[in-house]
Amino acid sequence: MRVLAAMSGGVDSAVAAALAVDAGHDVTGVHLALSPDRQTLRSGARGCCSVEDAHDARRVADELGIPFYVWDLADRFREDVVEDFVAEYAAGRTPNPCLRCNEKIKFTAVLDRARALGFDAVVTGHHARLADGELRRSVDAAKDQSYVLGVLTPEQLAAAVFPLGGMTKDRVREIAAQRGFAVAGKADSHDICFIPDGDTRGFLARRLGSRPGPVVDAATGATVGEHDGTYGFTVGQRRGLGVSVGDQRPRYVLGIEPVTRTVTIGTADLAGVEVVVTGAPTWTGAAPELPVRAEVQLRAHGAPVPCEVTANADGGLRIALQEQQRGVAAGQSAVLYEPDAERGDRVLGQAAIHTTGERGETVRHYPLA
Amino acid sequence: MSHPEPVYLDHAATTPMLPEVLAAMTEQLGRVGNASSLHASGRAARRAAEQARERLAEALGARPSEVLFTGGGTESDNLAVKGLFWARRQADSRRRRIVVSPVEHHAVLDSVEWLAKHEGAEVTWLHVAPSGRVTPDALADALGDGTDVAVASVMWANNEIGTVSDIAALAVTAHDVGVPLHTDAVQAVGHVLVDFGATGVDALTMTGHKLGGPMGAGVLLLRRDAECTPLLHGGGQERDVRSGTLDVAAIVGLAVAATVAVEGRVERAAELARLRDRLVTGVVGQVPDAQLNGAPLDDVVRSGPGRLPGNAHLSFPGAEGDALLMLLDARGIECSTGSACSAGVARPSHVLLAVGADPDRARSSLRFSLGHTSADADVDAVLDVIGPVVERARRAGMGRR
Repeated sequence: MRVLAAMSGGVDSAVAAALAVDAGHDVTGVHLALSPDRQTLRSGARGCCSVEDAHDARRVADELGIPFYVWDLADRFREDVVEDFVAEYAAGRTPNPCLRCNEKIKFTAVLDRARALGFDAVVTGHHARLADGELRRSVDAAKDQSYVLGVLTPEQLAAAVFPLGGMTKDRVREIAAQRGFAVAGKADSHDICFIPDGDTRGFLARRLGSRPGPVVDAATGATVGEHDGTYGFTVGQRRGLGVSVGDQRPRYVLGIEPVTRTVTIGTADLAGVEVVVTGAPTWTGAAPELPVRAEVQLRAHGAPVPCEVTANADGGLRIALQEQQRGVAAGQSAVLYEPDAERGDRVLGQAAIHTTGERGETVRHYPLA
Repeated sequence: MSHPEPVYLDHAATTPMLPEVLAAMTEQLGRVGNASSLHASGRAARRAAEQARERLAEALGARPSEVLFTGGGTESDNLAVKGLFWARRQADSRRRRIVVSPVEHHAVLDSVEWLAKHEGAEVTWLHVAPSGRVTPDALADALGDGTDVAVASVMWANNEIGTVSDIAALAVTAHDVGVPLHTDAVQAVGHVLVDFGATGVDALTMTGHKLGGPMGAGVLLLRRDAECTPLLHGGGQERDVRSGTLDVAAIVGLAVAATVAVEGRVERAAELARLRDRLVTGVVGQVPDAQLNGAPLDDVVRSGPGRLPGNAHLSFPGAEGDALLMLLDARGIECSTGSACSAGVARPSHVLLAVGADPDRARSSLRFSLGHTSADADVDAVLDVIGPVVERARRAGMGRR
């Protein structure tokens, strides 16, 4: 196959590209420039696609003897990922930009362009297994990235290659070291690449400005504080609420209402939800017949929860959780898995969380997408 | 799809080293001796360096004392622009203005912008004709009475679109108001007639690796009466304007390359122009809406061709230069999109934007540059694939927003 290896400059995509070469593919490396004002040097484990990262990626491509180019996708990335991120927060939701980037950038913009240029597939260093069109968790549970790939369609997966899903991150570093890649010991990326200082609240404040509103205690309905913008909060958040309620019990963010700019907080006993209502799902393969018993993961690095999924009349899903979950935020993806201890849990698909219900009693309404 | 022998059409980036240069350098590299030392080994090194200086001077119409060896084109441009600016402003504090064309190489542009940011320089950008040429009238307009101008800089031949300006006429215009003129002739030497003395410019940049010489070796030709403040301080080896131990082997190689290039220029230029015309005609035959950027193929200025004989710079509407480059590379054909930043992110060429191209046209361009190893087979190779390549790149560009 003629394959395009997306090379971030990190160790994972370097080894993925190397394995694609070993597999006999005709490989071309591409580094995606996603930021219009690129830093010259990388700062710590944060950020991505600095000039230094492009250099690291190019070094590996040169060692592999494959062509290497930089594709400037900064405009697409800004429109489809960064602006979406800001708009979602402005609407009181908590987006996952990595998922959005996979959906819109790596497996739409890049894949479309690759196909048009005569490539058969895109290779990435994601930690997820993909065989026979079935997307599954990585063998390395701690590094598994199937959650942020759950949005991919069968057509996108048919043109994707994830060579690393069957190995641990340690093994990836070992292979990189054996091959003499300078990136073998490079720090993992964390956080959001377009917020290199890690200060998401500060980033949103610069974009959205001050939008003050009340912080309301759910138990009493009393206003217990003020905030500068609902975008500083995520459902389930406990720290940094900036209020103190007399009884000293920890409070969690229960809900965000962007029109009145109300942040509702409450004690742990109020923070659990057991029903999740979503928008229309996407499936990684044939749509399963509903209702179906499955497991659902409600945020990146969240634990899988057994659930029953039924269809809603509006085309969305109703996901009944077997155990209550805290911190289920509108805007995040509910990624559904079919448990499989042997071959890895299989990703069925995903849907964006719209509303959640607590204890099956009241349904708290969050803004719809 | 790797090809054992790539079709190399990027001679304006660098061109293969001439066998006689390799031989001369290899011989010199085996010898010990610092050209500044007083003993026999030092004297031998000095003799080799000074012979090279004399040969270069002769090839370029300069006097040996006007030849300053540098580390290449970028250093020569920096030295000329900053050094002349500093020296001229020191002599008269009213001289803060730099008159420069917007189509210069970044070695000049970034030096000028650095001076504006850090040294209080004021920049006057010259009007450039759609062909990329700077006319004496445009220069005269920008200079005014010249009293506040420190230095002017206009390249002899543009590295992207190949347009040649009439540097002799521009030098007269500058001198009429007492302003020194620097010219970057990196692309011109060996391709068009470059005679430093006859042209009358005050400073001229050239480099070795565009002529079949080594990388990292260049020259600034600087008139004996030109005051130039050094960038590099130290031993004062080069007329006290440039310091650093002479790289004698590279200097010897540079002189051989320049001599060979200048001696064979007329014949080689005719051959390159023939090949280049075949290439452009053939490409336009297959891609009728392809547009030639820069001066027409048969354009002339007083001193000779108005366009570098080996330069073919074309825009392919609807296709991205990046995609074209990649598709040609995959077919073993090596060319360039013109300009790239250090991260390799394609930006629309500042040259094309300055001559009035819209950003889409600028992004859709490719530069094929021919040189001393080019042959009909190279042109054939491009003509074999260019039609389908452009078609494919256009399809890839369709999804672009």
